[in-house]
Amino acid sequence: MAGTALRRRLTWQVAKVSAVTVETASVRTLTLDVPDWPGHQAGQHLDIRLTDEDGYVAERSYSIASAPGEPVAITVERLDDGEVSPYLTDELQTGDDLELRGPIGGYFVWEPENGGPLLLLAGGSGIVPLRSILRHRERTGSTVPVRLLYSSRTLTDVIYRAELDRPASGVEVIHTLTRSQPPGWSGYARRADAALLAEVAWPAAVMPLAYVCGPTSFVEAVSQALVQSGYPPQRVKTERFGATGGT
Amino acid sequence: MEAVDGNAIGGLLHEVFGIEMTDAASVCGSCGAARQVAELAVYLRAPGTVVRCRSCESVLMVFVQIHDRTCVDLLGLATLG
Amino acid sequence: MSPVSRGFHRRRQDPAENAGRVPPGQYLTKDFPVLSAGPTPHTALDRWTFSIGRAGQQKTWSWAEFRALPTQDVTVDIHCVTKWSKLDTAWQGVSVDTLLEAAGHDGPFAMAHCDGGYTTNVPVADLTGGKAWVAYAYDGKPLAAEHGGPARLLVPHLYFWKSAKWVRSLELRDTNDPGFWENYGYHIYGDPWREQRYAGD
Repeated sequence: MAGTALRRRLTWQVAKVSAVTVETASVRTLTLDVPDWPGHQAGQHLDIRLTDEDGYVAERSYSIASAPGEPVAITVERLDDGEVSPYLTDELQTGDDLELRGPIGGYFVWEPENGGPLLLLAGGSGIVPLRSILRHRERTGSTVPVRLLYSSRTLTDVIYRAELDRPASGVEVIHTLTRSQPPGWSGYARRADAALLAEVAWPAAVMPLAYVCGPTSFVEAVSQALVQSGYPPQRVKTERFGATGGT
Repeated sequence: MEAVDGNAIGGLLHEVFGIEMTDAASVCGSCGAARQVAELAVYLRAPGTVVRCRSCESVLMVFVQIHDRTCVDLLGLATLG
Repeated sequence: MSPVSRGFHRRRQDPAENAGRVPPGQYLTKDFPVLSAGPTPHTALDRWTFSIGRAGQQKTWSWAEFRALPTQDVTVDIHCVTKWSKLDTAWQGVSVDTLLEAAGHDGPFAMAHCDGGYTTNVPVADLTGGKAWVAYAYDGKPLAAEHGGPARLLVPHLYFWKSAKWVRSLELRDTNDPGFWENYGYHIYGDPWREQRYAGD
């Protein structure tokens, strides 16, 4: 399998924040200058580690938002009761240090030779590793057909909205807004359930490859529905962020 | 308390085993269910990290940070890797 | 030590007047963090029972019978081994003294058995004399499942992993056998004031 078992030590290193991009009111993308970055695969993540003056340490994992070959970037959603996310979204500035290790992950990854058709299913900040997959697909010139179903609370919560409004050729983006919709919204307006998936997902007969990422409840509901509709379990890859998506 | 999955402990596993483990195969010692590590149920918010079988909920792996050491118990697994 | 992250500090609430109530290495929180080693069990009250005594000779109560027992309102400080402490938590429950008296048993040690398979061991001397309860209400409301409801053990003078959630029985034993976390390296006793977090501390 391409890219696996690159036998190197996974060590902590200090990166510098080279840019902070506002994605939504509560979401920031941090572009990082990582001195010893070995490269990464689409779908992988990295761990970050924060240390305070008393030696207290907090660690969290964040999916890599950029494609292989692009500068390393992570996208972080601020959770109001979070310990780490508000620091990353509100305090960190360009030029600050950030300790990290990565890339990590050998299961929730996609390379063009894995093929498709691809069904990408994102719940909230679960869009991050899927966006890396989309960018990697475009950069490699892959023509694998893609459908992305992206579930968000409201339109203003949609991350990478401008980019997703202009998808690459062969990529279809379907949004569902679960909490409120703008006037005139003609798209889906409910949580992704079996009926919605039946309309949106590639039929099992075309042997699709699915990547499901988001809060645990979203991933459980969607992956079960796909398997019940005939997707072989080994063709449904899952990554659960937990109820709060990692504080 | 919702579980996450083995993806969330990719870094911990790499630190303990020295290689990427999320795509490694595992077999539950209690019910025989075979899954990749990434698909196991992981409970992070506890005095230790507990990894359970998604089929029968048996404990497969436990990681506890004791002072400066990571203690690993894998006795719930029939096989790993 | 890792480089300090500029401007990062942990959430904490450390007013000086509480200093004497916070064990070494702990910090105060206003939240009530939910920690769990497994899925939250959901046991219907019409199937719930609580038992106490030596194996094979236990006294058992149904939920209705249990709730008919004399109860106490207690306000206690709690200390989790993961370093958070919470002061003045209000509980309602049945004192373990009451349960042991009704069971008419004795034994030096107890193993708490819980829905979901969790266990923890506590010396009986630490469960008696008004030091422990089987609590079914927190902050004036029925104990939420994520916090251990229908009922949990409450032993506030020890680290909170000993206050076993979803408790269903206290089995009296002659030996101090380690429970779940004790088996994985946590301290057999767990006194927060002597910072007994891990075996050998």
